[in-house]
Amino acid sequence: MITLAERINGQFLDVKKAIKERNPSVIHDLAKKQTEAGATYLDINVGTAAADQEDAMKWLVESTQEAVSTPIAIDSQKLSVIKAGLEVIKNDVMINSAQGDPDVLDTYMKLAKEHNAALICLTMNKEGIPQNVDTRIEIAAEIAGKAMEHDVDMDKIYIDPILFSIPVDQKQPAYMLEVFNQIKLISDPSPHITVGLSNLAQGTQEKSLICRTFLAMAIAAGMDTALMDVLDTELMDTAICAEMLLNKQIYSDSFLKAARP
Amino acid sequence: MEIANIVDKCAGVVKEVTIGATKDEGGTRGKVVTIGGANSIPFLDFDGSPGHKPAIAMDVYDVPPEEWPEPLLKHYADVIDNPANWAKKCAEYGADLICLKLDGIHPDKGNKSAEETVSTVKSILEAVDIPLVIWGCENDERDNEIMPKVSEAAKGEKCLLGGATQENYKTITAVCLADGHNLITQAPVDINIGKQINILVTDLGFPNDRIVMFQTTGALGYGIEYCYSIHERGRMAALSGDNQMATPVICDVGHEAWRAKEAKASDEEAPQWGSFAERGIMWEAITATTLMQSGVDIIRMNHPEAVSIVKKHIENLT
Repeated sequence: MITLAERINGQFLDVKKAIKERNPSVIHDLAKKQTEAGATYLDINVGTAAADQEDAMKWLVESTQEAVSTPIAIDSQKLSVIKAGLEVIKNDVMINSAQGDPDVLDTYMKLAKEHNAALICLTMNKEGIPQNVDTRIEIAAEIAGKAMEHDVDMDKIYIDPILFSIPVDQKQPAYMLEVFNQIKLISDPSPHITVGLSNLAQGTQEKSLICRTFLAMAIAAGMDTALMDVLDTELMDTAICAEMLLNKQIYSDSFLKAARP
Repeated sequence: MEIANIVDKCAGVVKEVTIGATKDEGGTRGKVVTIGGANSIPFLDFDGSPGHKPAIAMDVYDVPPEEWPEPLLKHYADVIDNPANWAKKCAEYGADLICLKLDGIHPDKGNKSAEETVSTVKSILEAVDIPLVIWGCENDERDNEIMPKVSEAAKGEKCLLGGATQENYKTITAVCLADGHNLITQAPVDINIGKQINILVTDLGFPNDRIVMFQTTGALGYGIEYCYSIHERGRMAALSGDNQMATPVICDVGHEAWRAKEAKASDEEAPQWGSFAERGIMWEAITATTLMQSGVDIIRMNHPEAVSIVKKHIENLT
């Protein structure tokens, strides 16, 4: 499973404060801890902490790279912030994220190609986030088509069908499983499928249980990537166990230990 | 029309393991054997590198084997009770490695002493300059008593020692680690145990680039398909990035093929099966060439003609 570690985000108070004070030790610490916990990418999001988001993104990327060489996912809705992050990136990188409008995709695919970056594309467009399965799949197909048009390797494309929190719409998790199954069919090889897992449990109790239960269901339906709390060891173990049950890893009595970082 | 590029890149590489050490490397071998390194399925260089060619280890026993049929025995009759001369003969027959099987230390097969066994090992090291595989008798108590002495006597030679099992792995792993040898991890046609034993020995600090896996071999007609599918599944896991399975594989073809009734039955007993003189050779060669396709890196063999057939086959495929 490909994991995007979510903690370097300006919406968390410690990170917000660190950005404000330009105190890199908090970022170093989070970068190391999440890397040790097995993060494939460290997601970096300035949140709403800074007036100058571009400058804050550069500082966060540089601070993270001072501590670890783990690949970074530059997370912003603003192209200018993503470009600012890309300017200072040293290692493998992911762009998180682009919306599914054709003109937007053209811009981001070119950018991804130029930086040899992985790219998360959301199944939403100017009309908003679709509430049904079919429109999500239509946008996913548009994304895959654009990747081929721009000669971006499908292995670099991550489709995010956008997971709502349970209090917003409880029908969505079940829809989502159907979406995962169908995205796998839109091309061969198929793009990766990713979600913001913690979104699901926003505003609920039992966050960890909800996330890990959905994670197991989602992996079974074809999701292979998530933005998530990699410091939650039960969540990480669930991913390992789900992949073993799907025969993606050969069982041994020590399978958990063997697959942990 | 543009032809689609269907090259399939593998995420994993089978580790390279080197057996034997030259004078410069602290041993006395004239040559060393490196196996593993595959980054694609066997013998297909289309997707990636299939790695080093399989090596042939020819068996030498510390006691004369009891049930070898005549077509096999006749090639070794003059050396059957002299392991050093036997090893020399194997080297002449084209063996890449000598596999010294210490059946004689088993309580039921001679109960040989550590001193006697060490002197056998030393005599072989002097007689030939190719690297050695040294394999215990699979009686845990005797193996744990003798193998440490054998290991110490061959220190620096970077032999391949066997075998560590799930029930008995600590002693052999510790001595291989201390004396710089490579280690065979052994499982009873069980891929889950095969992986588990690799994890257990690496947990003791044994480097996984010095491990060779052994799944008890089944000969043609005697479970070869189970053995084949386990090798294949293990190799596919290794190539897709499973680090614990990314170790080379050894198989025991000679011993298994020559105890098949098809190899042992005389012309009088089985006239309809074709020539007794050729049957066993073919049984051994076919078992070997079949398992080669599943991804094996060392093939233990017995008959010189079967060895020559298999070596030619390897050359044709590489």
